[in-house]
Amino acid sequence: MIEFHLDGRSGVAPYMQLIHQVRHALRLGLLRMGDQLPKVKDVAAGLAINPNTVLKAYRELEYEGLVAARPGVGTFVTGTLDGGSLAAHGPLRRDLQRWLAKARRAGLDDESIQALFLSTFRSASEDVEGTGRWAG
Amino acid sequence: MTAVIETDGLGKRYRKLWALAGCTLSIPAGHVVGLVGPNGAGKTTLINLATGMLAPTTGTIEVLGGRPASGPAQLARVGYLAQDAPVYAGLPVADHLRLGAHLNPGWDAEMTRHRIDQLDLDPGQKAGKLSGGQRAQLALTLALGKRPELLILDEPVASLDPLARREFLQDLMETVAEQQVSVVLSSHLISDLERVCDYVIVLVDSRVRIAGPVDELLATHHVLSGPRRHLATLPAGLKVISASHTEVQSTLLVRTSGAILDPAWTVSEVGLEDLALAYMKQATGRGHRHRHLEVQK
Repeated sequence: MIEFHLDGRSGVAPYMQLIHQVRHALRLGLLRMGDQLPKVKDVAAGLAINPNTVLKAYRELEYEGLVAARPGVGTFVTGTLDGGSLAAHGPLRRDLQRWLAKARRAGLDDESIQALFLSTFRSASEDVEGTGRWAG
Repeated sequence: MTAVIETDGLGKRYRKLWALAGCTLSIPAGHVVGLVGPNGAGKTTLINLATGMLAPTTGTIEVLGGRPASGPAQLARVGYLAQDAPVYAGLPVADHLRLGAHLNPGWDAEMTRHRIDQLDLDPGQKAGKLSGGQRAQLALTLALGKRPELLILDEPVASLDPLARREFLQDLMETVAEQQVSVVLSSHLISDLERVCDYVIVLVDSRVRIAGPVDELLATHHVLSGPRRHLATLPAGLKVISASHTEVQSTLLVRTSGAILDPAWTVSEVGLEDLALAYMKQATGRGHRHRHLEVQK
């Protein structure tokens, strides 16, 4: 069983944070097929959040085919996100570490590195989507 | 689903001062509704009208489809917790429960006993000796004991320390999940409500400035920042809620249902607190005549 937490200053809507945490746990293999998600009542009580927020997150995950609700029993993992990609993490991480070392040698500080990564990541994903929806 | 509270042109006047004016709302069932606004905005007046402790000067109000406090059946459907969680200081916790059982036909004795156990309250303890947080939870237990369809809480956490505040809201959210009760709670601190409410009403200077489901409000409000320009050049369909300018830059909070396509603007999301504050700031520009009405309670 995983435990949710909320970052009040992240600016990300609470239901999205719950979705991210489930996806994250699926990617890292912390949640596997058949595992149960925390009960809505327990999440609401634990985090002092509206039960509708939890339901909304679970419904979205259900829509994505990652979980399924069994009425009166709970919500269970039915999908997986690792897709065998866990094996690819190692080499990619090493590439990234080499790139980070290069960025530091070029004189970039932490913030510049993060900004460069984020802006490149965004323009790359926009290219993939084909349209830049938001200006800026 | 029927509305838990429906008002039309609702107003309440004390002598010459309007504590609430022109209030038209339709709050659907199944929500936790946050009633926010500065002190003296009219929150308690609206709550007192909904519980039937005040009669409207103008307009109408229906609660769960009936007139507030119009009879025993109506009273049994609405639970109410007044500001500062009033309890009888000289009476032990157990006597509060007995009192509740005698006064309410639909009293759920098992649930209230279970809650007192869970909250670790000593049934023999006099209510006056309880901590602020315990007192609030005893008062909430009494309000829940009659199994209301709608629970109305006036500033339930204002006098609690941060830990007691969190515990109270945890307990309240667990109750909402278990009993599917609709809740209206007021607070002058939006940060208290951000996690628990999925519907919000911003009340300032005795008027409703905005009301709606939180998701919908957050999806239709955006912060724009970009080079300074005249507001008149903004595309149609944008409503500017607040604007600030430097010599070179403008920052706007706008309400719109469409996407903002002008590449000159950087668009970002807005949080509930900033959104509510923008509406409050906008309102206070319009005079302060009604601001000191809280003394009337």
